[in-house]
Amino acid sequence: MSSATVAIQQRSRTSVYAHAFGGMILRDARVIVREIFPFLTRTIMNPFLFTFVFTYVFPKIGQGFNIPQASSGPQISFATILVPGLVAVAMVFQGISAVALPLVNEFGRTREIEDRVMAPVPVAFVGIEKIVFGAIQAVLAAVIVFPFVIIIPSTPVSIHVSNWPLLVGMILLASLVSGALGLVIGTTFKPQQIPLIFSIIVIPVTFLGCVYYPWARLASIKWLQIFVLINPLVYMSEGLRSALTPELQHMPLLAFTLALVGALAILSYAGLRAFVKRVVN
Amino acid sequence: MPTRTATRKPRAPRKAKPPKDEPKDYVLRVERLVKVYPGPGNSPDIRAIDGIDLNVERGEIFGLLGPNGAGKTTTVGVCTTRVYPTSGHVQVDGVDVRKDPARVKLGIGVVTQFNTLDRLCTAWENLYFHCRYFEMSHREAKQRADELLQQFRLSERRKSFPDELSGGMAQRLQVARSIAHRPSVLFLDEPTAGLDPQSRIALWEIVSEMREHGITVVLTTHYMEEADQLCDRVAIIDHGKILVCDQPANLKKTLGAETVVHLHLEKPPDGLAGKLKRLSGVVSVDASSDGLRVLTKGGGIVLPKLVNAANKYGLTDVSVAEPTLETVFISLTGRELRE
Repeated sequence: MSSATVAIQQRSRTSVYAHAFGGMILRDARVIVREIFPFLTRTIMNPFLFTFVFTYVFPKIGQGFNIPQASSGPQISFATILVPGLVAVAMVFQGISAVALPLVNEFGRTREIEDRVMAPVPVAFVGIEKIVFGAIQAVLAAVIVFPFVIIIPSTPVSIHVSNWPLLVGMILLASLVSGALGLVIGTTFKPQQIPLIFSIIVIPVTFLGCVYYPWARLASIKWLQIFVLINPLVYMSEGLRSALTPELQHMPLLAFTLALVGALAILSYAGLRAFVKRVVN
Repeated sequence: MPTRTATRKPRAPRKAKPPKDEPKDYVLRVERLVKVYPGPGNSPDIRAIDGIDLNVERGEIFGLLGPNGAGKTTTVGVCTTRVYPTSGHVQVDGVDVRKDPARVKLGIGVVTQFNTLDRLCTAWENLYFHCRYFEMSHREAKQRADELLQQFRLSERRKSFPDELSGGMAQRLQVARSIAHRPSVLFLDEPTAGLDPQSRIALWEIVSEMREHGITVVLTTHYMEEADQLCDRVAIIDHGKILVCDQPANLKKTLGAETVVHLHLEKPPDGLAGKLKRLSGVVSVDASSDGLRVLTKGGGIVLPKLVNAANKYGLTDVSVAEPTLETVFISLTGRELRE
């Protein structure tokens, strides 16, 4: 009996799986460190320019948005509304660019996913690692974007974190949903369809994700208010809104938490199923 | 005029066969394996593998030889946990591929027909991270990666990215990576497809050396020279079935011929085949793309007779060679391997 055979029989399965999983995380981390400049650019550029134009330039040139509040409530600047929304967008965008785009190429053009697929773990673990690492990048994105959206605006930004566990929980949940969404997209599209990912998914999800307006405000366009509920970004924006700007109208805690947990379950299931199907036939 | 093309490298020493009564140590067992893919649209189902039985002994270099589409890659796909079998059983080192694929992957190495190197990692990192996936510590993985780069003469390219490596170097790196975790079986699927002749020979040497490391090699190829040169045993596979399986020399012996004579003709060989078959020393006659292929025995005496008879049919050239595995394939299927 060869040494490998003995090894197969003796090694504990948990240890084998944990090492393989850790190795993959390590590999992804190495790649990110090497590509730190593209990572920062793609993370910062959109929220930076958005905040700069809409909350710095517009007020300065007298073209601001003044959001009418209920007469009893405090005056809330557009910059304040944007903070949770832009943090949420940065996370979703990171999930897509960190998981979906590389995966489309790894499956289609280069097949370089092979080596990880042949690691001694069930194939679904490779997909789970993708979700987890996508989530790690999404958290980083949130942390990086946060100061930008607070410092840049020329109008006051009012942020009150009264419930830290809620904020941490929301960021974790939103980051995992972003990673899972990335996995679904990455296993669905072909390399030549990458431009489509932007026009079919990124743009509609962003514009209809309650990023630039709170969900409650859509009450005056009832059909849209109901339609956008299929968009997971809505719940991320609203969840962060309730954690960061609680004075602003937002969905009830139970609603966005359940929706995000549901979205995570559905997207993970669909993404992992598609991943395994792409790998084993 | 006659050209003998068979130039041969000395074979690496084969492993000693165990005595007949000793039970053989099979590292790969394939039993009644069937894989059916649904046909596209309304077309009938495709039986990619149609009942294959195989046993590969520990330490041998085993070849699956057959034309493209014969079912070689699908067979390797099942053995390497990438294709679900429709029916039948495959065991690698006693572990069933369907029941415990993760455990099977621990004991196998795989090189596919494609360059699957991690493009975002350097040559060294490709090896290092692979080792980390297989339970090695940072120190062990580092040491193993250095050692493999040296063994595969890639040390100078340790910082190169896969896209900066030549085809031959990339393939060497893939083989190095596939054995980094010291698997008991290495699957090489068309490992030399697309390589230049020099890189191909370099890779053959590497594969031969696997024997010294005690690694069993299962190799698929449609190059008969490759199977002939490298393999202890070869299974010839066509339309998802194994036609024969034996040592290359034994397979060639079954032809009962010593020489293959190719008669290149300008005119259609109507009736010629019948005439030739009656000549003494002629074992068989088959049509080839531009004339006839005649298997002969009994030395060179028969050659002038063949030339004489073929002259009337516009004989343009004659080539003479030893029978190869391709000849075996043609005699079994009536087709050329690369058709």
